[in-house]
Amino acid sequence: MTPSSNDAFSALLDVLLLVNWNTRVVVLGVTMLGAAGGMVGTFMLLRKRALIGDAVSHATLPGIVIAFFIATALGAEGRSMGILLAGALAAGLVAIGLIQFLSQVGRISQDSALGIVLSCFFGTGVALLGIAQQYSTASVAGLESFIYGKTASMLAQDAALIAVVAGGSGIICLLFFKELRLVCFDTQFAQGRGISTLSLDLLLMGLVVAVVIVGLQAVGIVLVIAILVIPAAAARFWTDSTGRMVLIAAGIGALGAWLGTAISATAPRLPSGALVVLALGGLFTLSLLFGRSRGLLQQAILLARRNRRIQREHALRATMECLEVGSDDQCSLQAVADRRGWELNQARRGMSALVREGMALEQRRVEGAFFKLTPSGTRAAREVVRRHRLWEHYLIRHARFDSGHVDRGADELEHLLPPSILEQLESELSEQTAPAPLPDSPHQITTKDQSMTGGPPT
Amino acid sequence: MIETTWNLFFDGWIIAVAATCAVACALPGCFLVLRRQSMMGDALSHAVLPGIAIGFLLTGSRANWIMFAGAIVAALVTVFLTQWLSQRARVDRGAAMGVVFTTLFALGIVLIVRGADSVELEPHCVLYGALELTPLDLVSLGGLLIPQAFLVLISVLIINLLIIILFFKELRISSFDPELAQSLGLKPNLMHYVLMAMTAVTTVAAFESVGSIIVVAMLVVPASAAKLMARNLTEMLVFATALALGAALIGHYAAVQVPHQLGFGSVPTSGAMAFIAGMLLVGVVILNPRGGLVATMRARWSFFMQTTREDLLALAWRLEERETPFTPLELRTQLHAARGASGVVTRLCLSRLISKDLLVRDHTRLKLTVNGRNQAAKLVRSHRLWEAWLARAAGIAPDHVHDTAMLLEHVTDGRMLDELMRETGAPEIDPHGRPIPKPHDS
Repeated sequence: MTPSSNDAFSALLDVLLLVNWNTRVVVLGVTMLGAAGGMVGTFMLLRKRALIGDAVSHATLPGIVIAFFIATALGAEGRSMGILLAGALAAGLVAIGLIQFLSQVGRISQDSALGIVLSCFFGTGVALLGIAQQYSTASVAGLESFIYGKTASMLAQDAALIAVVAGGSGIICLLFFKELRLVCFDTQFAQGRGISTLSLDLLLMGLVVAVVIVGLQAVGIVLVIAILVIPAAAARFWTDSTGRMVLIAAGIGALGAWLGTAISATAPRLPSGALVVLALGGLFTLSLLFGRSRGLLQQAILLARRNRRIQREHALRATMECLEVGSDDQCSLQAVADRRGWELNQARRGMSALVREGMALEQRRVEGAFFKLTPSGTRAAREVVRRHRLWEHYLIRHARFDSGHVDRGADELEHLLPPSILEQLESELSEQTAPAPLPDSPHQITTKDQSMTGGPPT
Repeated sequence: MIETTWNLFFDGWIIAVAATCAVACALPGCFLVLRRQSMMGDALSHAVLPGIAIGFLLTGSRANWIMFAGAIVAALVTVFLTQWLSQRARVDRGAAMGVVFTTLFALGIVLIVRGADSVELEPHCVLYGALELTPLDLVSLGGLLIPQAFLVLISVLIINLLIIILFFKELRISSFDPELAQSLGLKPNLMHYVLMAMTAVTTVAAFESVGSIIVVAMLVVPASAAKLMARNLTEMLVFATALALGAALIGHYAAVQVPHQLGFGSVPTSGAMAFIAGMLLVGVVILNPRGGLVATMRARWSFFMQTTREDLLALAWRLEERETPFTPLELRTQLHAARGASGVVTRLCLSRLISKDLLVRDHTRLKLTVNGRNQAAKLVRSHRLWEAWLARAAGIAPDHVHDTAMLLEHVTDGRMLDELMRETGAPEIDPHGRPIPKPHDS
């Protein structure tokens, strides 16, 4: 390791381990913000209102500038954080009210209401900033720092405010967890249980406004929505349970915020807000790839596993049907391939898999490879064939398929039939299956060289 | 009054650029609003930043094709990623948008802050733009000096217009009914990408000169307002265009004049345009004759007053039926007891009935005129027929039918009365034993 990279590394380590007091405060504050954003964001995501925070954050700008005007006119220090955040809070609440008004009274769809409030409020803020600029140039820099956030200027008391608000929203989320979950998934059921959807929605929006307001300083107006959206969206890849999703989102939000702030503290000219968002984006990508529930890798594994199973079942049934029509207790690879319409090497792969799993035995003869089923293979094959034929009979009887067409249809569905449906099929088709566990094939089982009516296996 | 700095050349061009931009955005905006993808404009206008930053870092200058191309690529990446995340990875659409655009925007900011030493390209210019400076960047076209931004935007506007005209049917059907469009072979997915590409190019072209606030505002606000007013897509496009033009014109005027009145210099036109657009929308929400707040309240109020008048009239008829003389005060008190109508309302309704010559004063008492008695009989007939129907056909207990009949009697026309007569078998009396007035019984 070169000395300079060593320095950078130890600087990063210093920050990550919170050695320096000032960075410790800031990093802790932003980390808590990330956790709170993840929790609140989860409910907003499940409520399908993920982007409401974006409108709220943009809408705070005019509030901040107007608060600055009022404070200056009253002779107070215009840049005092408390006053500016109070203005932001007021504007955020007005924005929420307006979004509700436009979408409920004004017959405007929710997404348009968001776009309208976002752009009009922010535009107004920009116009007002133009006036503030003429007031006194020095203070405008302070106001503009809200747009992209400025962690560097954060004081211990700012971090404490973030911690309090974040902790409070987290506690509220946990206290009202049951009600919030109900509203997210089944509004009407929640109403039927006597839970007021409106007041819970207002509670959620209040939490959003709180997270946005304290997040302004850390990540800025434009990017604060990332803290509400990305952890929740990432957590969705890991679990299907709301409770776990809230916790995972909080964890991802905290981790991303911690990494981003820490990295930005290691070098000059690394905007912390943007780095937090990039860190969250990285965690999202990891979740997208490796998430245990909906991640791409997991999906690919499941798909491959299912395809392997289908392949095996096809091979089993093909072998079974060859044995049924033939006189021998063995069948050739060629016969299996012809039965399924497979290429020889595809049939070879399928049969080798069966041999590996101890379902078939292979015998090499001069004419080529021959296979016979082991007892366990026979049992599995009978099960597969039974499913296939039951479904075929069902299609003919109830869906009025022609017997010449059922083979293909059953081919696709036989792998997906759960035991309960099989039982139902069996009872519906009881006369067919009462004596033997294996129903007759409703059509002729043909191979390339011979064709004869399928009968019950002996 | 403070002297203004209005200048025909500069302000004329600023308005021209702003108006072209506004209309160029409003047209695709209509389809975004109809497809409930309004936030796409917001996402795109943020997400182009890394493309612009890379273009800038590669060439070191602000106005060039590489930057433009970079922005378009970034916008298309946003569209594809959002679509892919929401369809393949099953992420909620809004969240997918939020993830993609914030990450890209953050990347852009880091690139700019790390890479650009000069202050020539700072993140702020992305949001505000420099609409006021566009008349300074002139190019000569056939001897005329025209701002470059205007040329860019007018080309985009023409392209958008052509696309909308050429694909009008496809865009319309796939916006309103994607499944019908699919079954007609109109390729709604392709139309989605056409619309997104149109939005992306417009966004990039517009915000390079005027900033992203106008883009977001003009994509969504005029279209949303127009949707409230319009009866069909063509009307919506026309209204949106008009509102966008209005926002540009009033917006720039307000940006210059209003601060001057207050003793300040002018403020950014882009911000003022967004504000004015919002005010226009609020105006439409309130004043729109088709379903606006005022229109709705007026309709409700006049319906309320009409039912109150009708109730007064019917009450008078019932009192005369029982041969009980009544004074105006007694009539109003009884109505108040029956449906809680306030004193002011009943007083207004009563004087209206008298002025319409349905009731007439007779010393201290009130009496129905012939005309009034006819109208009142019609109402009571409707009321009692409904009671009969509710009791017989709907099987509701006779002592529960009165309140429902009170509501229904006001909205029953002649044909419905005939139908009621048929279904109840034209009874002589209602479930309470009162006679039902005949059609010409007076």
